[in-house]
Amino acid sequence: MTPLNLIKESIIIDKTTLDKVLLLPLLAIFLSLIAGAILLLLTGETFFSVLITYKALFYGAFGSINAVSETLTAATPLILAGLGIALGFRAGLFNIGAEGQIIIGGLVTTIVGFSVTELSPIIHISLALISGALAGAIYAFIAGWLKAYTGAHEVISTIMLNLIALRLLDFFLRTPFVQKEGRNDPISKSIMDTSALPRLLETIDPQMRLHLGFVLALVMVLVVHWILFYTTLGFEFRATGANSDAAKYAGIRAPIIIVLAMALAGLLAGFAGAIQITGVLGRATPGFSSGIGFDAIAVALLGRAHPIGVLFSGLLFGALVAGGRQMQVTAGVSIDLITIIQSLIIIFIAAPMLVQNVIPWIFKSSKKT
Amino acid sequence: MDIELKGITKKFGPVVANSEINLRVNGGEILGLLGENGAGKTTLMNILSGLYKPDHGDILINGVQQNFKNPGDAIFSGIGMVHQHFMLVPVFSVAENVILGVEPTDRFNYLKIKEAHNKVKEISSKYGLEVDPTATIDQLPVGIQQRVEIIKVLFRSAEVLVFDEPTAVLTPQEVVEFFKILKTLRDAGKAIVFISHKLNEVIKIVDRISILRSGKVVGETIPRESSEKKLASLMVGRPVNLSVKREKKASGLALLSVNNISILNEKREPAVSNINFKVNQGEIVGIAGVQGNGQTELIEALTGNRKPSQGQFLFFNQNCTSMLPRQIHKMGIRHIPEDRQKSGIITEFSVAENLVLNTYYQDIYSKGPLLKKEKVKSETKKIIKKFDIRTSSEEIIAGNLSGGNQQKLVVGREMSNKMKFLIAAQPTRGVDVGSIEYIHNQIVSARNEGNGILLVSTELEEILALSDRILVLFRGKIVAEFDSTVSPSEIGLAMAGIAA
Repeated sequence: MTPLNLIKESIIIDKTTLDKVLLLPLLAIFLSLIAGAILLLLTGETFFSVLITYKALFYGAFGSINAVSETLTAATPLILAGLGIALGFRAGLFNIGAEGQIIIGGLVTTIVGFSVTELSPIIHISLALISGALAGAIYAFIAGWLKAYTGAHEVISTIMLNLIALRLLDFFLRTPFVQKEGRNDPISKSIMDTSALPRLLETIDPQMRLHLGFVLALVMVLVVHWILFYTTLGFEFRATGANSDAAKYAGIRAPIIIVLAMALAGLLAGFAGAIQITGVLGRATPGFSSGIGFDAIAVALLGRAHPIGVLFSGLLFGALVAGGRQMQVTAGVSIDLITIIQSLIIIFIAAPMLVQNVIPWIFKSSKKT
Repeated sequence: MDIELKGITKKFGPVVANSEINLRVNGGEILGLLGENGAGKTTLMNILSGLYKPDHGDILINGVQQNFKNPGDAIFSGIGMVHQHFMLVPVFSVAENVILGVEPTDRFNYLKIKEAHNKVKEISSKYGLEVDPTATIDQLPVGIQQRVEIIKVLFRSAEVLVFDEPTAVLTPQEVVEFFKILKTLRDAGKAIVFISHKLNEVIKIVDRISILRSGKVVGETIPRESSEKKLASLMVGRPVNLSVKREKKASGLALLSVNNISILNEKREPAVSNINFKVNQGEIVGIAGVQGNGQTELIEALTGNRKPSQGQFLFFNQNCTSMLPRQIHKMGIRHIPEDRQKSGIITEFSVAENLVLNTYYQDIYSKGPLLKKEKVKSETKKIIKKFDIRTSSEEIIAGNLSGGNQQKLVVGREMSNKMKFLIAAQPTRGVDVGSIEYIHNQIVSARNEGNGILLVSTELEEILALSDRILVLFRGKIVAEFDSTVSPSEIGLAMAGIAA
């Protein structure tokens, strides 16, 4: 199955089959948790310790206000970058480049965050976020332009741009302008307090990291939903993505759509990077994007390239990240298990026949209805 | 070998595709199976070829009940399918294609290609299927490729041959050849099922006719006692008027003039070379020709989807050669694409979204960046009604409509708002008789209102029924021009490149 077919399969949502749309992701999650448990048993864990592991996973994700705060904090950049990738999917683009776009967006936000001084917080935060988002958009624009006007496949070009972004980050982190004074290792100066996103639960506990970025992510879910389903631009995106031939015959100009969709996807990924810097990290370090851009591909696929779906799958992946940390501490199980579970979810989503063969009775009963 | 279907019923969810079907084909006999799209022909054939299992009912071969678990069982029992779209490997030779899957090998698993060649030769001389076993498929004309498909099923010792729309891709001359082959096969004792919607062909070649409608056999007859008109009304379930009324209309100004146009195809080879023609006001100009002779590229150029390499074309005396599709659409030029699934509709989109696919940006449907969803709904409801698109709602996705209704959707979209010129490519391909009648009437009334119409079709019947003037395209050149009184055989010769 080619990537584009996979996307198409994951996007097609007929209203009459909404239950099936929900069924598959839920079963995929369920099955991958079971597969994870089997894996633990195979490594010599007892049945009891498997229970403890999953209990720790659950408590780490939802067990307390602090856990929920961690879940939402981890979900925020995943939702934003996932929205960008979903938007690309809708327009028929497989954007692997969210990671690079996050890096470039985060880097520019960091620079704006520490170099511009004497601004009121509202203006400084807005400036930092907008410049980061725009940087991501411009970076993704390169891949869009290459595809539209030279035919270079976006999967290849965005992978290459990811590598370039990584090296660019390393380079800038060692330039005197960006590198923190008195440090030899590649680390940026810290952003000004005026450009840090306010934390939402500080009154309850100053340790809680949930920040305004989560609210902004929710807003972007609505904005992307609005663009996709209520505007002529979204109509053009979806038409081009679903059948580029028919869209072309209908007078929709594919090159423009490709460039725009790619730039918007980059805007959202860049925004994710900007929010991660201003909301959580406060400065840029070599691996600060930590694979969010790749996890976001999984988030977009699991969310079936629908903004609301992306919201929920982003929350799920955030919960796995937050719960995974707790699991590592309490149960002593490596956080790699989380990566395995996440990967299995995607495999099950990509291979719906596999799910149907593993648990055929569920699909039989749903066929009758 | 005789084959009999008894009380075959097959349901897909609530849809009854086949209901209590009884059919019988004897060895040495050709059965014509007629039916509209969605009548259940394909399901029935898939049951016969072992692809589906019937819910109940029996398949009997020589009176013995069969239980096909998969297509392999059906082939083993002697049933062979010749599909509408050939299942051949284009870079393989004829013999290699014939033996594919049942290769004769020696005990070291070594391919005995000589034996394959001999076997192909043996079959071809026995049934008059002339073909060179060493030729590569992609160098053979369509008619010969079809012979290879037939040899393929004969090689697998088929006694029952099922042909699905076998003449759709053939020129009139190839059809004549094909019918000879069918008769040879029949006379050799094979049982033949001939599925078609071309009524004249069915009457000409078959021994008995069964008509399917809504999953049931609604009539059985023999050609002698039937007529095209009778068959058509049995298929549709109401009287059908096959001939379209066309009043003679004096043609006015040239709406389209094509001057010395040459067009390259994807491989940058010439697809259309140096052609000139005009389409006048109130005139239907038909472009006849076998598929793949430059029609696709010509249409793409005229709709702004492909740049000609040379020459120009003018709509309403305005040079449109370098215009974009939307600019051309805005001038009042409408286009029914030749392949609706590929470029006419978006199957994942709703009927309403498809109906505004090329007008969504206009003021009526949009306000600033917003799409006026309510307006789209109310306007498309009118189009659905006016063009008789059978759908339970405008929000159903277009992929769920039948082929005929998808085509009506395209026709409705293109012809519902003001137009001056229509480019109709294969406007009735894969469409049932009832819809063909409807679409033809729409095209003719558009002509009578003074529009110019360029009709491109590989169906000679259609070209003859509608056109005021006929141009024949062969290898990218216009090789002949006829008026509407021409005989089919004359056009047929021109389509095969033989100048009259």
